[in-house]
Amino acid sequence: MDVNPTFDAREQDTAPAAEAGAVLAFRNVSIAFDGPPVLEDVSFSVAPGETRVLLGPAGVGKSVLLKMAIGLLRPDQGSVRLFGDDISRMPEEQLFSLRSRTGMVFQEGALFDSLTVRDNVAYQLIQERVPDDEIDARVLKALSFVDLEETVNLFPASLSGGMKRRVAIARAFIRQPELLLYDSPTGGLDPVTSTTIIELIVKERDVYRTPSLLVTHRLQDAFTLCTHRFDQELGKMVPLPKGQTDPNTTFLMLEEGRLIFSGSLHELLHTPNPFVREFLE
Amino acid sequence: MAIDRIERTAKQIVLTVQDYSLFAWRAFLNLYHPPIYWPEFLVQADIIGVGSLSIVVLSGLSTGGVLALQSAATLSAFGATAITGQFVSLTMIRELGPVLTGVMVSGRNASSMASELGSMVVTEQIDAMRALGVDPMRKLVTPRIFSTICMLFFLTIVADACGILGGGLVTVFMNHQNGPQYFAMAWEHLRFPDIFQGLVKPLFFGYILASIGCFYGMRTTGGTQGVGRSTIKAVVVASVLIIFVDFLITQLLLALFAGWM
Repeated sequence: MDVNPTFDAREQDTAPAAEAGAVLAFRNVSIAFDGPPVLEDVSFSVAPGETRVLLGPAGVGKSVLLKMAIGLLRPDQGSVRLFGDDISRMPEEQLFSLRSRTGMVFQEGALFDSLTVRDNVAYQLIQERVPDDEIDARVLKALSFVDLEETVNLFPASLSGGMKRRVAIARAFIRQPELLLYDSPTGGLDPVTSTTIIELIVKERDVYRTPSLLVTHRLQDAFTLCTHRFDQELGKMVPLPKGQTDPNTTFLMLEEGRLIFSGSLHELLHTPNPFVREFLE
Repeated sequence: MAIDRIERTAKQIVLTVQDYSLFAWRAFLNLYHPPIYWPEFLVQADIIGVGSLSIVVLSGLSTGGVLALQSAATLSAFGATAITGQFVSLTMIRELGPVLTGVMVSGRNASSMASELGSMVVTEQIDAMRALGVDPMRKLVTPRIFSTICMLFFLTIVADACGILGGGLVTVFMNHQNGPQYFAMAWEHLRFPDIFQGLVKPLFFGYILASIGCFYGMRTTGGTQGVGRSTIKAVVVASVLIIFVDFLITQLLLALFAGWM
């Protein structure tokens, strides 16, 4: 297997240094489920303010990696450090408080069917017994961020796929998390709705600067993230000047459970790795 | 080849029993450490208890009625139709009330728990709950188990009462026997061990049916098909276990109250 030389230099040699201030750091992580490894010797980190886009075809372990980032799955080998704490062997009870500092958007939204949009978005606040008035104000603010204020009393069953993802995004960042994880947020959506979701992610990135890890197999979404910014005056996503990319948005690529690329958009487009080239083409 | 398969199956069974024991034990221990989601207990008590009331009332009335019909036919051969009330009340309170209620509630609620939790697993709602910092065992499993135990206790009493009433109705209106005599016999021959047996069993049955329903629900894999499989397993295993545990408890209690009987 050819491994991108840039990847070696950035990740393998300087990993401990990069991990020092990292929000999330994977170190030689491997996991298997009754068969060959799903992830093997994966190392990378997410720095404060950084957005990392994890690319790869379906079934290479992207969602597994994302779930390991907050301890929903435990590695067989290696360590995962979240906010500086090693969560690989941490008891579930202790993990809950760490997880509540993160926000995760699941593949299909994973909204609770039996709860209204208001109660879904406010789920954590309700558990923390925040007063109702404050909950209502914060839910409206979160829903206005995703432009869905009118759905506050609806149930998830009456929302479209795109609306469910937007509600899931509102739920993920209502508590202003310190790390956001997106699991294929545009998977299964039409191009127009996908662009709406990506615009929300760009908005979140540029307005709140929350570090994030985004999993996708759609190159179009990944490139849009890197080549656009959110203009707060215009209230919409605009392209960056030609040739410019967002410096805090970088890429990772998985192939059969191994991390084969880590770098910027420019490095991604010029890597000699044949798998990456094939994926891009 | 065949031995390999047997070995694999045996290991699988042992592993499932081990997982279930840990699961049931954890659900039990959650009662002693905060957070405890009391509102969930009330919601589940309403769904399980009030929701199952109609089937328990109907099955209790019918069973009591059938018992009176069958026993009257047999007892009349010995000129002993007067003890129909005693026969119906003892059978209902000691055995049929708890077991029938357990199996009926298991059919309704173990399946509903397995399918509800299973759907939540396959749609990643359980993972979402964990990601939001909430323990699904505490939020979903423990309230279901202890609400079921509590409500099955009362549902069994309702089933016993309905069974005796159903037997009374058949005795009076179909067998044309003396009503006061039926109810007097039903009441006078009840002893403490009979009541004790009848009220201890639903505590075990409630724990079994709810923990099995939640266990199979939380272990669901394989999408919507997996939800169907979990539901079937939950109902079958819970019903069989209720009947098997009933046998064990009956043996134990008969030995314990040997002097009273």
